[in-house]
Amino acid sequence: MASLEIINIKKRFGDVEVLKGIDIAVEAGEFLVLVGPSGCGKSTLLNMIAGLDTVTEGDIVIGGKRVNDLHPSERDIAMVFQSYALYPNMSVEGNIAFGMQMRKVPKEERQRAVQEAAKVLQIDHLLQRRPAQLSGGQRQRVAMGRALVRKPRIFLFDEPLSNLDAQLRVDMRTEIKKLHQRLGATIVYVTHDQIEAMTLATRIAVMRNGELQQLGTPAEIYSQPSNTFVAGFMGSPRMNLLPGVLRSEGDGAWLEVGADARFSVGALPRAVSAYVGKEILAGLRPEAISDNADAVNGNRPVIEATVEVTEPTGPDTLALLAVGGCELTARLRPDTSLKPGDRGRFAVDLAKMVWFDPGSGARVR
Amino acid sequence: MAQTWDTPQAMRRSRWTPFVIYGLLGFFALVYLLPLVVMLLTSFKPLTEIYSGSIIAWPQQWTVDPWIRAWGSTCVGLSCNGIKGYFWNSTKMTVLAVIISTGVGMLNGYVLTKWRFKGSNVLFGLILFGCFIPFQIVLIPMAHLLGKMGIASSTTGLVFVHVVYGLCFTTLYFRNYYMAFPDELIKSAMIDGARFFSIFLRILVPNSLPIVVVTVIWQFTNIWNDFLFGASFSTGESAPMTVALNNVVNTSTGEREYNVHMAAAMIAALPTLLVYIFGGRYFVRGLMAGSVKG
Repeated sequence: MASLEIINIKKRFGDVEVLKGIDIAVEAGEFLVLVGPSGCGKSTLLNMIAGLDTVTEGDIVIGGKRVNDLHPSERDIAMVFQSYALYPNMSVEGNIAFGMQMRKVPKEERQRAVQEAAKVLQIDHLLQRRPAQLSGGQRQRVAMGRALVRKPRIFLFDEPLSNLDAQLRVDMRTEIKKLHQRLGATIVYVTHDQIEAMTLATRIAVMRNGELQQLGTPAEIYSQPSNTFVAGFMGSPRMNLLPGVLRSEGDGAWLEVGADARFSVGALPRAVSAYVGKEILAGLRPEAISDNADAVNGNRPVIEATVEVTEPTGPDTLALLAVGGCELTARLRPDTSLKPGDRGRFAVDLAKMVWFDPGSGARVR
Repeated sequence: MAQTWDTPQAMRRSRWTPFVIYGLLGFFALVYLLPLVVMLLTSFKPLTEIYSGSIIAWPQQWTVDPWIRAWGSTCVGLSCNGIKGYFWNSTKMTVLAVIISTGVGMLNGYVLTKWRFKGSNVLFGLILFGCFIPFQIVLIPMAHLLGKMGIASSTTGLVFVHVVYGLCFTTLYFRNYYMAFPDELIKSAMIDGARFFSIFLRILVPNSLPIVVVTVIWQFTNIWNDFLFGASFSTGESAPMTVALNNVVNTSTGEREYNVHMAAAMIAALPTLLVYIFGGRYFVRGLMAGSVKG
């Protein structure tokens, strides 16, 4: 296991700058997920860590050693590709052992390592098969086995689950997490799926247009997004961004949403109070808005809204609420009696509310 | 709207359709096969029967003597040792030229797709241009070059000419095949510790069987059947089979041994025929299945 430092990394293809100075430090044993929409540069960054892409500017340091100019095979990394990239002409055993064969590991040791990895991944009965004879999930396991058997200092995963069907993806996600917990390996994992990012990572790096938007634990990313992009990208359904004008009088402050809706927002932090009398965005996760009777009748601020659509999901019911010309998604009780067209009172959890500047999209704190 | 999914009127088949289709196909197959049948029948007849009978008559007396004579004792030009020496000339020349041009074409295709460099597309365009140069244009400069290199009038010289000419085509075939070869396999092999040649030999080559078969059939047929280069760049004993066959048939001495000529022509055509028959079996798709995705 080794630490990884990405220091002011830039990448240019001709005139196009696809990475604009990324700084990330990963400690040994961490599970870092690079997440972002297509074209944000996350795969390019992973390829640069692997040595498959050249670095235009900046340094990549693995275990305290600068590796910019090392061949991929000398960086002591292993990579699992989106397409699995299994060698079609070799058996499963040949695929897993290929890296060791290239490194001239003696045959006995090779076989023992293959057996060990195959047992962990429960593919020991498939060792003599060709990749063409395997199902998608089995191929995925072979690809992981190939990485595992190398005992690398860093594992790199490039969207490894995106070719699997939904159920298998959830299962494999859990297995990857188990594997990380057991091996304590350093992992860098690229995905565009925010749920994968949330569930797997010890830390998440959210990227957009070649820039790092936020680096933090899943909890930080979820509850303290640094800007409206992160707020909107992470979490499903997405965070509500309620535009309004902030008003303050004496001790109380409230947000005016449209002409006829307002709700009290309690005491304002210093940075936010600068926005009194101005436009601001209030960020509310759907679960911060509830129709729970205790909450509504307690001391939480209440917002009045019309229910437009309800979507029962099982564990809870999502409702689209209309408030002063805006729409809000709320996560309600599964047995809620509210129907479309009903007018209701909803409690807002101010502890979970965050503020954003409407111009820059940056968080106000 | 259900009827729009039915077979259109024009495609509906009457029960006579198969007879018409297969009848026509059979007729044209016969037309194409007739020369071969005549050749085969003639090659198994004694000479007297050929001069007295009809050309497509069944042999009254079967004999393999013309084949033996063609192989071992018919006159090619002035020497009367049969075509066997020339057959081996052609074999040596073709096998060597096919192996070299296929191997180098493979390597070219690999570099042009997986190790791209500035100008690699322009270079490929220039190589492709070679496919369109007619053979006749280069005869004189090529003869000059072979002379300078000291390999004129030799099998080595012919191999060289055929390799140079074949490279354009083999490069084109392999380059296009490897374009579709997943880059992730190369990346994965790089991380696994394979370098330029081990990636080529361990990953690319074992997955190239379909295109190797196509290239080998193409190259073998072209080189074996070539007459122009053979006639231009070889003399006497070093001539390939095609040139020798011409010398057998165009003899101006004695009576024309049509049965021997036919047998010699059959021997000359046999290798390409065999390459098609055996190569075709490996002409399979789907070898890449399972490498990426499903």
